[in-house]
Amino acid sequence: VSSTDFDRVAGPGGHPERAARFAADDARAHWHDQALWFVRAKRDRAAGAVADWERLRDLAAEIKRHTRGRLADYLEQFERNAKAHGAFVHWAADAEEHNRIVHELLSARGVTRLVKSKSMLTEECGLNPYLEARGIEVVDTDLGERIVQLAHEPPSHIVLPAIHRKKEEIGELFHEKLGTAAGVSDPKILTEAARGHLRERFMAAQAGLTGVNFAVAETGSVVVCTNEGNADMGTHLPPLHIACMGVEKIVPRVRDLAVFVRLLARSATGQPVTTYTSHFQGPIRGGELHVVIVDNGRSRLLADPHHRRALACIRCGACMNTCPVFRRSGGYSYGWTVPGPIGAILATGRDAPAHASLPFASSLCGSCSDVCPVKIDLHEQLLQRRRELSARGLVPASKRLAMRALSVVLRSAWLFALSGWLMRLALRALPRGVLYGRWNAWGRSRELPAPPAESFRAAWKKRQGGRRAG
Amino acid sequence: VRVALFIPCYVDQLYPRVGLATAQVLERLGVEVEFPEEQTCCGQPMANAGVAEAAAPVARRFLDVFARFEHVVCPSGSCTSMVRNHYDALLGDDPRLPAAKRATMELCEFLHDVVGVEKLRGRFPRRVGLHRSCHGVRELRLSSASERLEPRFDKVGAVLGRLDGIELVPLQRADECCGFGGTFAVAEEAMSVMMGRDRIADHAAAGAEVVTGTDVSCLMHLDGLARRDRRPLRFLHVAEVLAEGLA
Repeated sequence: VSSTDFDRVAGPGGHPERAARFAADDARAHWHDQALWFVRAKRDRAAGAVADWERLRDLAAEIKRHTRGRLADYLEQFERNAKAHGAFVHWAADAEEHNRIVHELLSARGVTRLVKSKSMLTEECGLNPYLEARGIEVVDTDLGERIVQLAHEPPSHIVLPAIHRKKEEIGELFHEKLGTAAGVSDPKILTEAARGHLRERFMAAQAGLTGVNFAVAETGSVVVCTNEGNADMGTHLPPLHIACMGVEKIVPRVRDLAVFVRLLARSATGQPVTTYTSHFQGPIRGGELHVVIVDNGRSRLLADPHHRRALACIRCGACMNTCPVFRRSGGYSYGWTVPGPIGAILATGRDAPAHASLPFASSLCGSCSDVCPVKIDLHEQLLQRRRELSARGLVPASKRLAMRALSVVLRSAWLFALSGWLMRLALRALPRGVLYGRWNAWGRSRELPAPPAESFRAAWKKRQGGRRAG
Repeated sequence: VRVALFIPCYVDQLYPRVGLATAQVLERLGVEVEFPEEQTCCGQPMANAGVAEAAAPVARRFLDVFARFEHVVCPSGSCTSMVRNHYDALLGDDPRLPAAKRATMELCEFLHDVVGVEKLRGRFPRRVGLHRSCHGVRELRLSSASERLEPRFDKVGAVLGRLDGIELVPLQRADECCGFGGTFAVAEEAMSVMMGRDRIADHAAAGAEVVTGTDVSCLMHLDGLARRDRRPLRFLHVAEVLAEGLA
């Protein structure tokens, strides 16, 4: 996915400009907020039904920490075991190499029709346009992914790719692309139409590509979680299954899945478990299974003591659903494949200048950190990203200058008191037209505080003086 | 008990009544209150902007002023959390830091954990919306966060609950952010304003007459919106509610 895709769907600018554009349609922004709050509330109920949810989160974080510390060993163990079961394992250092490997596998077997189940990694790598430019038809088979693919849009959410679209709009899209009756927006009818359309693609596919939710080192198997069974449908018929995974997807043992599978669907959608949890160990009879293991910046993240915990992310999207900013600004406002709090951390790790506004697209409310099933300290990392951006000169010079000036004032009690006095004077004396001029972003929709006659320190001095006198 | 009052910079300059109410409540409960006049600010505005080199000297100055006190009490969850949770990243190994972190407490937290709520007695017969400021909930753990599946607790509610006649109205979203967020309020103005209006609507729909909270910053933002939109809500800091209720 290129940044121009996001310019197209969300307009130019950084997060504040795109968010303002999204929020300008107040009814729609509130609809989006409510839709995702509903998912958050469902997650609360599902998590509440599990005894010791917080203990599960602790365990998940511990397993991820342990695995991170021995990542290379577990990846090699996975490779040995996967090969022993007849799978092929490929290593890709970056997106380009990943795309090349996938394309070579397909073209060597004359594949021109590929079906895909959901994979944020291939979105990250820009696989679809890469293959399409080389004459391969790629059909995303997850319903939400198919919707945004038909609309020529990137996904706006990692679990709910078409959450920004209302059912009426999907009805129009399906009318145009799939020939459903005009004006039909009943989700059941639309889903049925998509299902029929996708069945044809499944039947005609020459290869299936899936993402990977978990790769188990001790068994060499990959695990894919879907609600629509599309990963299974796409890989049971064609002779070639390509599974693409980031290096961080590895877990040591099958029993570790007991922790993560319980956390994943509950955190993502509030379901106790995804409808399908498919384990692939070796190829189907007469077929081939290729696992492509991708780094693409992950080892750099692993080497960063402040941000390596972000590698624990299991892509559940809970931090997006709970984020009061994401719910009101939409996924496109982040301008990157993975939006929301985790996206802001990952995107700035990849290209800080391009994504410098993202760590500031947060009130630092901390809801993301508390909802995260693997206990990534998301809001602390956002704050850390701000420090890094500032240290690299990537926050506006005016802001840094203002903060340095403020710092000088706050290092002296009398300068501080004087500045406060001047501020109160300005609040009292300046005409409203000046006080609420264009410069005042606070005052566009908010009143300024009514200035008191004196500061606390002045009032306190009088009070204590009066007491001593009395 | 003797405490040092830590009055946030903007409270000092714009909301002296909240500082005075804080002192009044503490003194009424037999706490001896001192205001170290050399204090200015905890450094949070600069720290949250990411400008660590501007924040660190102000944070160090905070320790210069407050390190000698056994108890430091502050009418703000966010500024308290700055000291307790974010000074490490700025000051690292300053030997005074561990003690200062232990000493610094938010007002309700101090009343609940040190003074004891049973000493509180008063009356405030109003329908009150309690705005749970994020740093109080998720960084200081003044009440259980809605995200966490743990036994419910609520220190601020327990303190306010000592006032006869007070009715804390139930909210649709118990601890969603109001959108103040420091420089976020202007840098992400559209988000900030929408989040604030949504909080106000929740309190209004629940029938609140008064909205209170542990942080004047959130209340200043909400009050600014409510006044512009001509919403008939009163915004009072918990210290003001307590001062009015205990009187």
